[in-house]
Amino acid sequence: MSANQPSGQQMPRHHMPLFEVFVRSKRGLDHTHVGSVHAEDAEQALEYARDVYTRRSEGISVWVVRSSDIVASQESDQHCFFDPNDDKPYRHAAFYQLPDEVDNM
Amino acid sequence: MSPALSHEEIFAGRIAADERIEPKDWMPEGYRRNLIRQISQHAHSEVIGMQPEGAWITRAPSLKRKTVLLAKVQDEGGHGLYLYSAAETLGTSREEMIQALQSGRAKYASIFNYPCMSWGDVGAIGWLVDGAAIVNQISLQQTSYGPYARAMVRICKEESFHQRQGYDIMLNLCRGSGEQIAMAQDALDRWWWPSLMMFGPHDAESAHSSRSMAWKIKRQSNDELRQKFVDQTVPQAEFLGLRIPDPKLQWNEERGHYDFGEIDWEEFARVVAGDGPCNAERIDHHVRAHEDGAWVRKAMLAYEERHR
Repeated sequence: MSANQPSGQQMPRHHMPLFEVFVRSKRGLDHTHVGSVHAEDAEQALEYARDVYTRRSEGISVWVVRSSDIVASQESDQHCFFDPNDDKPYRHAAFYQLPDEVDNM
Repeated sequence: MSPALSHEEIFAGRIAADERIEPKDWMPEGYRRNLIRQISQHAHSEVIGMQPEGAWITRAPSLKRKTVLLAKVQDEGGHGLYLYSAAETLGTSREEMIQALQSGRAKYASIFNYPCMSWGDVGAIGWLVDGAAIVNQISLQQTSYGPYARAMVRICKEESFHQRQGYDIMLNLCRGSGEQIAMAQDALDRWWWPSLMMFGPHDAESAHSSRSMAWKIKRQSNDELRQKFVDQTVPQAEFLGLRIPDPKLQWNEERGHYDFGEIDWEEFARVVAGDGPCNAERIDHHVRAHEDGAWVRKAMLAYEERHR
């Protein structure tokens, strides 16, 4: 649909911005990404997110943030972006083999 | 919750129900201040704690030990950052916290005011100092402030390797030459008591303890945690064939715990007050590193200005 439709109704020229939605299910837990909503502004996004994502007491707190404000790493660059992790097994506790008597550390 | 409840009642109700307090909740000013003090000092401890071991990175006895130590010291820096950001959710700033550290207003774990003089000390720090820190931090996973509790979960997950690599160093020394065994024993002799001091004064004398316990910032008392550490560490020392430097240490069948001697509280007070072997050196080093890094911060600001 476009703005010059003959119906006489003014249709929006642009898509409303997209907001990513994060829900905290319980006090003490992190907010977790659950999805996104389109909304005309942040206040509205919060209400739409409530209606869409928390209809069954899934949350006690919601964050919304404009999707365009999220800077993300590229999965295609994953290999070189996270590369230094691969060759450092000594960062893991299991790398240190201790005798059974003291292995509960 | 009924809307008739006051802020104070809602807060008290959450604490009583073992719920977490989150950054945007109303909280008493004393709770906020107490947390800023504790979390920032915890962060400072992580960062100052990089120094004694960091000085051994260039002197580690093998490439393997060097890479391990580098990774551990890097972790401590990361843990400091988790904690500074948890403290920032309470409305303080990084600059304020650093200023408080460098001016001596904020404390950090006084164990880092002892010198790290031998490779055995690097082993003992991982085994004992990180071991004691883990006992404390496991308890703090249940702390009432959400961001602090979550930082503790992340830190504990990463910290287990620190203690194991330290014990691994001790184990290697204790399976080595007479000289190496002596080095391990000497390290235990010097680090044992400061490690017990890490849990702080006796419960009755602890300045902040009772309020912190009431607010569930602290979940177990200093003495409880200290006992737990002693109980788990004594068998580890026995396995190494090392002697813990405490003539009063013995198993108490009735209590089901080890009895142990009294900490030298005068020494504790002296080191906390700033008169330990390395207090001045640690802060001087921090100030110097901070000043040496000023040009980086300046360059970052200039970059930000230009791209605004």
